[in-house]
Amino acid sequence: MSNIDKATVAKIARLARIKIEDEKLEPLAGELNNILGWVEQLGEVNTDDIQPMSSVVDAKLRWRQDEVNDGDKADSVLKNAPDAEYGFFAVPKVIE
Amino acid sequence: MSDLTKLKIAEARDLLAKGDLSSRELTEAHIAAVDAADSLNAYIEKTPEIALEQADAADAKIKAGDAKGMTGIPVGIKDLFATKGVHTQACSRILDGFKPEYESTVTQKLWDDGAVMLGKLNMDEFAMGSSNETSFYGPVKNPWRAEGSNSDFVPGGSSGGSVASVAGYAAMGATASDTGGSIRQPAAFTGTFGIKPTYGRCSRYGMVAFASSLDQAGTITRDVRDGAIMLESISGFDPKDSTSVDIPVPNFEAALTGDIRGMKIGIPQEYHLAGMPGEIEALWHKGIEWMKAAGAEVVDINLPHTKYALPTYYIVAPAEASSNLARYDGVRYGHRNVPDNGGLVDMYEATRADGFGDEVKRRIMIGTYVLSAGYYDAYYLKAQKVRQLISDDFKRAFEKVDAILTPTAPSAAFAFGEKSDDPLAMYLNDVFTVPASLAGLPGSSVPAGLDANGLPLGLQVLGKAWDEETVLKVSGVIEQAAAFTSQPELWWR
Repeated sequence: MSNIDKATVAKIARLARIKIEDEKLEPLAGELNNILGWVEQLGEVNTDDIQPMSSVVDAKLRWRQDEVNDGDKADSVLKNAPDAEYGFFAVPKVIE
Repeated sequence: MSDLTKLKIAEARDLLAKGDLSSRELTEAHIAAVDAADSLNAYIEKTPEIALEQADAADAKIKAGDAKGMTGIPVGIKDLFATKGVHTQACSRILDGFKPEYESTVTQKLWDDGAVMLGKLNMDEFAMGSSNETSFYGPVKNPWRAEGSNSDFVPGGSSGGSVASVAGYAAMGATASDTGGSIRQPAAFTGTFGIKPTYGRCSRYGMVAFASSLDQAGTITRDVRDGAIMLESISGFDPKDSTSVDIPVPNFEAALTGDIRGMKIGIPQEYHLAGMPGEIEALWHKGIEWMKAAGAEVVDINLPHTKYALPTYYIVAPAEASSNLARYDGVRYGHRNVPDNGGLVDMYEATRADGFGDEVKRRIMIGTYVLSAGYYDAYYLKAQKVRQLISDDFKRAFEKVDAILTPTAPSAAFAFGEKSDDPLAMYLNDVFTVPASLAGLPGSSVPAGLDANGLPLGLQVLGKAWDEETVLKVSGVIEQAAAFTSQPELWWR
């Protein structure tokens, strides 16, 4: 099933927002095909009528009151920003 | 007093309580040991000032009669636990310069109990690796060397710094994290005791996320008792983590009764791998004999979906990682690269290209692919179904047995570069640890012997969900029977 070519790797890289140099696409396609080829053995397992796992241990998610219990930490939030101005994260100009 | 760094946590605790030792003395000895262990590359950030301050506070606490198990005990912290104002990068370049404004719950619990932080420990980048070779800060060396040899071995991974610091007498204990075996496999490679509790036992708040449905904190120590003491300190419900479970934390040390008479120990037949080294089989067999000698009943069990655990893991974990690691975009923290005349997307792509290492990129790519339109059902949904079957296997087995005994890893520590070019060979290291991770079960690795070259080997004990006490109890019996007293030579000091 898995037959990842150069173009597919380029597409995945774009979706993952990782720049990959052209000459690295081909070797990466080989690596990904190896790994995905190996995981395809899961096809042997009969999973008809099996529900996909949704909770690792039998624990119910808790409910809590819908109220504000944190906040007012703009300075802390921006403290590690590579670039911040006027209380905001700063990024390169976005032109569409 | 003799070398204070050789003390176990329980021994130091008792000396501290009697007033025969101060945390300041103990901490100073460890700060010196940390400096002397630079060649292991276990620490990527040292915090001696914080350590001494905490040591003095611990001494005051002890004087006031307010001591807990970890009070005054110097420990190392894996680099993926957020420590306020201190280097926290999960050993990745993408978090360059990141100093959290908050503290992880696990480390906060240690500090609340009076523990002392020696520094931050090396690890595989984002915990993705089994040899600590993927760290941005370079590999960690295993304190153990083969008999009569000067060549270096990997410490295992991803908690390579944690195990090397503890095995190398540069920490009395260390925090670690386990996603598919990152506590147990390195513990086996270094003759240390590692325990990963049940998923939900420790809060994940402030832990850099890799695969959220698998990640769980745990500890590395030099023996089982120390593991019980330290694990108890970091365990417990936390409203800040929605998957943390609100059940009482038992007194783990009290579980170490040494009495496993009448207990049923399961031996999963699927773990007899073709081509597994004879030494590993022999060690496992020894473990079985130890169980019988201690009065336990050994029962053959089946975990039929075992062979599908690794492929399942290598869909689920990268899928969750690709989602978790999407947050590293150069906007809010860490590394940023804006190419000349580049826009926002160029910045994302360039930042992530030079911020992530090869293995992390590989896993993000796989995760992105298996979650992408048209492939989600075939890969991700299928894997989550097989994961349910793996979990069901364990549930069925635990109707018949109290604990499960297996080898921890299919080999002893290996040489640098031996597997780093072959992702699949590297992944196979976790063949015995991944199934329990997928099922969220508690597990430990206990030092149980040496291979023909004099390198440590471990046995793995798995328990029912929330039954860390049985895991600890059985581990303690193995420790007693194995009488593992070997130590690495202190070649790095």
